[in-house]
Amino acid sequence: MIILISIIVGLALFFMIGVSARSALQAVAPAHHKPTFRDMPLTASFGLAVILFYIFVAVFAPLIAPYGESEVLGAQFLPWASPHYLGTDKLGRDMLTGLIYGARNTVGIAFATTALAFFVGSFLGLWAALVGGWLDQSLSRFVDALMAIPALIFSLLLLTIFGTSVLTLILVIAAVDATRVYRLARSVAQGIVVMDYIEAARLRGEGMWRLIRREILPNAMAPLVAEFGLRFCFVFLAISALSFLGLGIKPPTADWGSMVRENATLITFGDITPLLPAGAIALLTVAVNFVVDWQLHRASGLKE
Amino acid sequence: MNEIWRMIGQRLLLGVLTLFIISVVIFGATELLPGDLARELLGQSATEETLAALREQLGLNDPAPLRYWNWLAGVLQGDFGMSMATQKPISELVGARLGNTLFLALYAAALAVPFALLLGVLAALWRNSIFDRASNALALTAISFPEFFVAYTLILWLAQSGLFPSMVRITGSTTTGEMLYMAFLPALTLTLVVTAHMMRMTRAAIINLLASPYIEMARLKGMSPMRVVLRHAVPNALAPIINVVALNLAYLITGVVVIEVVFVYPGLGQLMIDAVSNRDIAVVQAITLIFASAYVLLNLLADVLSTITNPRLMHRK
Amino acid sequence: MENTRLLTIKGLKIEGRSGDAWHEIIKGVDLTLHKGEVLGLIGESGAGKSTLGLAAMGFARDGCRISGGTIDFDGIDLRTASETRRRGLRGKRIAYVAQSAAASFNPAHKLIDQYCEAPVVHGVMPRKTAEDDAVDLYRRMRLPNPDAIGFRYPHQVSGGQLQRAMTAMAMSCRPDLIIFDEPTTALDVTTQIEVMAAIRDIVRQFGTAAIYITHDLAVVAQMADRIKVLLRGDEVEEADTRSMLAAPREDYTRSLWAVRSFARAEHPSATGIPVASVGNVTAGYGAVDVLKNISFDIHAGRTVAVVGESGSGKSTTARVITGLLPPREGEVLFNGKALPASFKARSRDELRQCQMIYQMADTALNPKLRLRELIGRPAAMYLGLKGKALDSRIRDLLALIELEPDKYIDRLPSELSGGQKQRIGIARALAAEPQLIICDEVTSALDQIVQEGILKLLDRLQNEFNLAYMFITHDLATVKAIADEVVVMQHGAVVERGAKAEIFADPKEDYTRLLLSSVPEMDPDWLNRLLVARSGLTPND
Repeated sequence: MIILISIIVGLALFFMIGVSARSALQAVAPAHHKPTFRDMPLTASFGLAVILFYIFVAVFAPLIAPYGESEVLGAQFLPWASPHYLGTDKLGRDMLTGLIYGARNTVGIAFATTALAFFVGSFLGLWAALVGGWLDQSLSRFVDALMAIPALIFSLLLLTIFGTSVLTLILVIAAVDATRVYRLARSVAQGIVVMDYIEAARLRGEGMWRLIRREILPNAMAPLVAEFGLRFCFVFLAISALSFLGLGIKPPTADWGSMVRENATLITFGDITPLLPAGAIALLTVAVNFVVDWQLHRASGLKE
Repeated sequence: MNEIWRMIGQRLLLGVLTLFIISVVIFGATELLPGDLARELLGQSATEETLAALREQLGLNDPAPLRYWNWLAGVLQGDFGMSMATQKPISELVGARLGNTLFLALYAAALAVPFALLLGVLAALWRNSIFDRASNALALTAISFPEFFVAYTLILWLAQSGLFPSMVRITGSTTTGEMLYMAFLPALTLTLVVTAHMMRMTRAAIINLLASPYIEMARLKGMSPMRVVLRHAVPNALAPIINVVALNLAYLITGVVVIEVVFVYPGLGQLMIDAVSNRDIAVVQAITLIFASAYVLLNLLADVLSTITNPRLMHRK
Repeated sequence: MENTRLLTIKGLKIEGRSGDAWHEIIKGVDLTLHKGEVLGLIGESGAGKSTLGLAAMGFARDGCRISGGTIDFDGIDLRTASETRRRGLRGKRIAYVAQSAAASFNPAHKLIDQYCEAPVVHGVMPRKTAEDDAVDLYRRMRLPNPDAIGFRYPHQVSGGQLQRAMTAMAMSCRPDLIIFDEPTTALDVTTQIEVMAAIRDIVRQFGTAAIYITHDLAVVAQMADRIKVLLRGDEVEEADTRSMLAAPREDYTRSLWAVRSFARAEHPSATGIPVASVGNVTAGYGAVDVLKNISFDIHAGRTVAVVGESGSGKSTTARVITGLLPPREGEVLFNGKALPASFKARSRDELRQCQMIYQMADTALNPKLRLRELIGRPAAMYLGLKGKALDSRIRDLLALIELEPDKYIDRLPSELSGGQKQRIGIARALAAEPQLIICDEVTSALDQIVQEGILKLLDRLQNEFNLAYMFITHDLATVKAIADEVVVMQHGAVVERGAKAEIFADPKEDYTRLLLSSVPEMDPDWLNRLLVARSGLTPND
């Protein structure tokens, strides 16, 4: 019964947020973008709204949060009651505060990692596709071999070697993920490199840098941006999974994955508190995926 | 036909080569270890004698290629060396747990593959219908959930009411029936996560295929929808579907790590996490190699199968 | 006449979906077809020919819907009939032959299995009879080795043969009506003849009615009893073939006819050092020689047309001249001076002198750059123009290609029509102020009326700037219109070369004769005459 009610409430919220976000976006958007937002599916407007909300929370975390990030306030595992509306965790810190700071830490670290992976991976991918020949071949074979080791497993191996600090975490996940970005960027660029306009630019005598910047990159942007969204989801989930396993972000830094881990025992008592940080992770990934899906759909629709 | 055997031979060789490179990467990674492995293991307070003894025991004084060779030779005979943390042979630690992990993965695959293929094909056939849109949105949602979120939600719903156990305890006397019962929740979690991926990819593969001119031709020859799908689409869909399944089974292999921790399932994943926490590098190497091999073998199998089902390759000019 | 009516379409409207909106593709077309009659449907791209053809089978592609009118096939209303009923007709009484046989045969099954499918499933004949019948029809379609060819897979059979096998398959249930959707468009001219002849024979032998869809007037003149002209989903006019060819009523139809009559005066014959000279070039990829010892010259102010069928090495020749493919032997001279083999080794000025215009303007223009940058880049790069000077140069160039500068200068390629995009390609080449422009099938992807505009523009620019053109094409009508000299290529070798008038009036080589005689002419009796003339020869593929 509770399940049914929560599903209904969830769907109602989804539609409410979706519809109001869509009309809000339509109102704010500049005139020539209005049709884009008018035709967007509910899933996408819901996703956009959620992403904006997370960004807001992350940016203003110290203002919103009722307590300090790692302030120990007393009793452990307090139930949901004022002044700790979501209770306290195993060290007696405020859950709500943890959740709010988590938006900043977990999402921030995931974003930085994705950006790093993206920068390295897409540059190498575009470069390999444009130059071709042995450089492309050797780089691609090497990446293929690395990709044969499942991402999470490879990360675990690297973390064992380099230890588990936030910096190594970012570097390791970015390195593992850059191989995936490389693959995509290379295949996108290969589709562009065979175009006659690239041949024309080469015959004109254009240099490598200009070819990448003016001829290839503008045409590769759409798939790369969509991929950025997808990669962010993967990185975000991977970091959360590692934190959950106790190998990622560690206390006192407030982080959703480790919050789940620390409070997991509550589940066996029927307390849903540990599901809150997990749900916060899930909600953001869903939102990003919805938006990416819409973008991909639009890109494929425009091609016809 | 010779052509086919040659292609399969090439693929096998490539697979072996990939495995070789992987083994080099896995072994070589330890060489990147900042500082000295012995000191890492024993800590700053260790005396020079104990360090020297450990270096001797680990063969750290040998040159790297020789150590790699010894390691590889051992691995090929099923000997992965000793675990630092537990002082037991790794093959002993891994042995029983490998079986458990395989059981869980196969269990989940048996649930997920038929379910996902069916959903994917139906969504493709009824594309843009309510069913398609709803299943797509659901699949997207399921993909976005962290595995532990799905796992704890299921525990809250299904284990709280006592329907299924939330922890898996396997002893020598556990029967297969009991295993199936105890491992149901972990298997279900994996299934939910993998099904979503597999369904979306199956749908995309089939829709791609249904846009082919020869499918339109079959419809214009007056063939029934059933016949169009079974006789004209399916023979050409085998290769893409095989690849989708292989890709997702490979994904399933890594999915077990988190799931095993949540359900305290005695598998390789648990072992690996413990080893990573203890920085028990030999164990991590061994398990990484096992997971990577499984991944390579699955892809190899998919490659060979899709070669065999491709008429263009089966019947050369 | 009423009892011989096979297909009657009245006020047919078909809509296509783009995004969430529906727009009309067919805007109320009537069509009548009698038993045994062949109707030609002609029009340019986007006219709705294929959509109309499929509607005659009661079929609308995904993303299309029939929104109005009636389709009556032999007393059956195809719009209201159940899907089962329609399915019973398709393949049995109405059959379809698609443009690309290679894509329309299922790669997973043998030809004969696909042949037998319709007769067996529709219960026309048992499998064994169908197989014998297939061999018989393969023989009638003059396929080589008719007893065995059915047991091959589609990818094992050549394009021209597949197209005939597909026609045989359409015939398998001896339908009353066959829709031919551009069946020879993808084929080379010499192959096209054989397929056209085979299709016409078989349709006559069985007295099958047909709708023959094509964009090529000369082809439809050979095949159809009556012709209907379509323009953007509307009927322009309809008449029987001979009277339409003799006296088209509508301006639009006349303009279609007129295109082929464009011809420019031949330029004075060549003197002095040629702008470009290809000397004994042998080139290829890997171990295969695609070009074998090729030589020809291009002089300033003149057009050399390089003609050949697919795989003859025309485009590879262009790649050698531009330096994309360094030759194995031989060299390319520019104004008497040898060019470095690879474009990477050429100086900026050498690169500037030789410009290229591509077949597909869509892929030749970077879709993310505005015309200002597309055209301005060569001017800025080679001639060092900046700021005001560059801006006014871009405007001059736009005016040269007859596009209003203020209106177009900041547009993206996607905001232009196909012909306009091709003009931008021309402007980009001109911006470098070259001596030689290589035109690679520049008109092939365009509708005929647009083609004419492009050819006229190229001609005017040639006169104005004394340009040398190397004009690569498979279309002999274009050659006739624009060339001064002709180089005929086959299998990577030059078969014959010479002045246009000589080549067309008195070809010396067999292949040139075959090629020239294979180009369909706007005369309904052309195919008959040709077949009679060639009856001494046996057709081979």
